[in-house]
Amino acid sequence: MNTSVPVISGKQVVPILELHGLRVEYPSREFRRQAQVAIESLDLTVQRGEVFGFLGPNGAGKTSAIKVLLGFTPATAGTARLFGVDVRQPIARQHIGYLPEQTWYYKFLTAEELLRFYARIFGIPRGEREERIGYVLSLVGLGAARKRLIRTYSKGMQQRVGLAQALINDPDLLILDEPTSGLDPLARMQVRQIIQTLRQNGKTVFFSSHELGEVESVCDRVAVLKQGRLVALDAPANLREPGETSLEQAFLRLTAEPADNGEAGA
Amino acid sequence: MKKISTIARIVVLEMIRRKDVYVMFFLTAVITLLLGSVNIFGEVGIARYLKEVCLTLVWLFSVIIAIVSTARQLPAERENRTIFPLLAKPVSRWQLLLGKFCGCWLACLLSLALFYSFFIFLSGTREGIWPLLSYLQAFWLHCLFCAVVVALSLLGSVVFSAVSANVTITTTLVVFILLLGRHLHRIATRIQDLRGRLLEVIYFAIPHLEWFDIRDLIIHNWPPLDLLTVVLDTAYAALFSAIFLVLAWLRFRRQPLD
Repeated sequence: MNTSVPVISGKQVVPILELHGLRVEYPSREFRRQAQVAIESLDLTVQRGEVFGFLGPNGAGKTSAIKVLLGFTPATAGTARLFGVDVRQPIARQHIGYLPEQTWYYKFLTAEELLRFYARIFGIPRGEREERIGYVLSLVGLGAARKRLIRTYSKGMQQRVGLAQALINDPDLLILDEPTSGLDPLARMQVRQIIQTLRQNGKTVFFSSHELGEVESVCDRVAVLKQGRLVALDAPANLREPGETSLEQAFLRLTAEPADNGEAGA
Repeated sequence: MKKISTIARIVVLEMIRRKDVYVMFFLTAVITLLLGSVNIFGEVGIARYLKEVCLTLVWLFSVIIAIVSTARQLPAERENRTIFPLLAKPVSRWQLLLGKFCGCWLACLLSLALFYSFFIFLSGTREGIWPLLSYLQAFWLHCLFCAVVVALSLLGSVVFSAVSANVTITTTLVVFILLLGRHLHRIATRIQDLRGRLLEVIYFAIPHLEWFDIRDLIIHNWPPLDLLTVVLDTAYAALFSAIFLVLAWLRFRRQPLD
């Protein structure tokens, strides 16, 4: 597993995203119960322009790692940096876009107002703001519904609003948590196309997903987490062993629970 | 500052688009006008009676607006998960808290402006006098009261996980202070043991919200307060609002968002 920082002509390139010795524990609310360890020592770097898949079964620690990266949860130990800046500094989030898994955006706003709100947070100048809003809304196919209240949107449209807000600041790094969850096949294809477009524009995409076929088709590298530990980090094709025809088979092997001795022969 | 004002603007927009304030204003107007249209006991000073009813309703609804609208802000952000895309932007948690505080306070100010406009029109047309300075003082002190209550409710929203718990506890506390706050010291001086000392500590620790209530002055057309009193009241409200906001930030700054 290669997680070191690359060196180009003697000058160190700062990775877009880096985790070093990251450990996340959730303290137990019950008296004298041990804290639950969500992530053991995790080392990970993502370089500019990569489409990086973050995989693992439920409870493997993917969301915990993303929460640390975005400053939602403090790390128990280790460091997390975005663009070389500690994630605890709000400025580290100036050039990122984030799409959470399931979000119900402010129902009393229209898509246009919502994007204007986020654009103001980023400090995008007024003229550029309106242009950007128009662009991202047409990119996600919501140009016609821009003046409708979000509460009237379908689930797929809500997800597309989410994608639009993640793109409003023209981010260099896009963090997507289950971006195609709950979408119909057409909408999934559109999301894949958007990711491909972003890659062509030199953007970095870091996303977690359970759609392994999708991950295989768009990702340059993937990391597989199991019980808070990194068990694999490589290009999807390199993770496959002889005889395995898909990433799904490799994923099942990497994340399989060791068979219990008593049941091994059953 | 721009981030804080942007967050505050969304809070005000939410308040404008929700129906709560309009319902409360409608109730105040209907109840006051209904009571003003009948004079069951042949009361001569009906205008004073009307003013008292109207101001009591304004105070009651202002407490509800300030507490309920503030208490639901952060829990709603968490429940709908909108706090995640928001805090994934370059916004710090103190900016979020301050934005929510400013927004809720501004929303209270707008609601109070609506309520007081109705009250001033009603009392002015009934009595034929317009003591605008007193009305302005009453309005400003009421706004200061709302600032302290909004900050207290915001603190409650990061301490208690359930909105209902926060609303109940904050409302009980505010009503307790409004009704009993001024009597605590008198009771404390009469009790000589440890309980008396404890009451004295409570008396000096709590924000005296009753100091912002000058309804009697308005109802009985007494002369307005001197400027120094208003300035001191303003400083007092700013101090307590700041204390509650700092406590809220200390609690919220490292709180995991789940």
